[in-house]
Amino acid sequence: MEATVVKTGTEGKTWGGGQNPPLKASYGKLMMWFFILSDALTFSGFLAAYGFSRYKFIDSWPVADEVFNHFPFLHGVDAPMYYVALMTFILIFSSVTMVLAVDAGHQMKKSKVVFYMFLTLIGGIIFLGSQAWEWKNFIQGTYGAVETRSGNIIQFLDTDGKRVALSDIALESTQRAVHDRSSGIWYTTDETLSTYTIDDIKSGFAEKENLLVRIQKLDENGHPIVLSREESIAKLNDSGIRVVEGANLYRNEYGHPLFGNFFFFITGFHGFHVFTGVLINLIIFFNILLGTYERRGSYEMVEKVGLYWHFVDLVWVFVFTFFYLV
Amino acid sequence: MAHGATHESSTKRIWYVFTLLSIATIVEVVLGIIKPQFLVETKFLSMKLLNWIFILLTIYKAYYITWAFMHMEGETKGLRRAVVWTAVFLISYLVFILLVEGDYIYEVYKSGFVKYNF
Repeated sequence: MEATVVKTGTEGKTWGGGQNPPLKASYGKLMMWFFILSDALTFSGFLAAYGFSRYKFIDSWPVADEVFNHFPFLHGVDAPMYYVALMTFILIFSSVTMVLAVDAGHQMKKSKVVFYMFLTLIGGIIFLGSQAWEWKNFIQGTYGAVETRSGNIIQFLDTDGKRVALSDIALESTQRAVHDRSSGIWYTTDETLSTYTIDDIKSGFAEKENLLVRIQKLDENGHPIVLSREESIAKLNDSGIRVVEGANLYRNEYGHPLFGNFFFFITGFHGFHVFTGVLINLIIFFNILLGTYERRGSYEMVEKVGLYWHFVDLVWVFVFTFFYLV
Repeated sequence: MAHGATHESSTKRIWYVFTLLSIATIVEVVLGIIKPQFLVETKFLSMKLLNWIFILLTIYKAYYITWAFMHMEGETKGLRRAVVWTAVFLISYLVFILLVEGDYIYEVYKSGFVKYNF
């Protein structure tokens, strides 16, 4: 146990930064900075690729506040972005408690470091839970849409310009029952079936006079084009081939499939960082409780994991902008 | 500890920066919800003014997180430049290349002879 408490034994030698460290930072802190730099480049590679695909398919890219419009306990209420804004605050606040812990560490106040680290951990865990909830909503979808032969998505509006859900279009569901093991098909699992078949949607759409189709093409002001009633019926009947509900890696009801792929990958990769951040914070938290850094005479370890935690917050600031705002 | 000579608390500055970050976030969210028509339909360098505001506010927030929370302001000039300049120059280059190229492919799809929206 002694080895974890005393200094690394490399002070003044090459691995400890040498006799005259030019950057005046410890080895561990420098390496944390360079790890963060390389991780930042990884994330910007992902986000730049996202930007590339978005510019390439700018017409069929989903509008963020139609995708993320849920808030806990407010069912059916259109609440664009409130929840991600809350998540952003939670993460920024856990960054604040982290930096307060570092600050308390500088003054060697153990109980304060413990308290602030605890708050940081709680913030991280709440954020992870929120992200899971956000994924659930994204996967489940809200309104549903129809895919055309070319793989584009068409969505449904009423004459007031409000989105209409598939359940309000179809008169009845003629979808077949799911094959399961008890019904005799034991050697394979059935595909996931949509609630309605494409014919249910087509007949319901023809019946209800106030429905229109919105296609993924932008007018000169950058708004998606809504077709007239006749064009809508023709579009749906000629090219609609599949009902899409929610999102998976192949298609999503919001727009271009790549949006779903990038959403899962980038927020997933960020969530993985938050998860490891929480784990590392937890280890450091126990070390503080055990008094390791009190005996070492320095809370620099808290500072190093703090750097990582702030970086995770920093990445979220960018993810928030490019997925939810822009 | 590199900059450990001063042990007085900087709690005040931390809360000040938190206030700045919160205000920036609130402005972003409010603008994102109301989406003023003027900002959405006016373009600068082929991007909506609203998006420019979002991106500038994001960089503003990133600056404060790095400088105040990650304490970059207290590091030596060498460390600061090694980290920040590397990221800023590489990322600007990559983003420039990819966005220009993405827009080019969009134009090809739009005006080319291949029908892809049927």
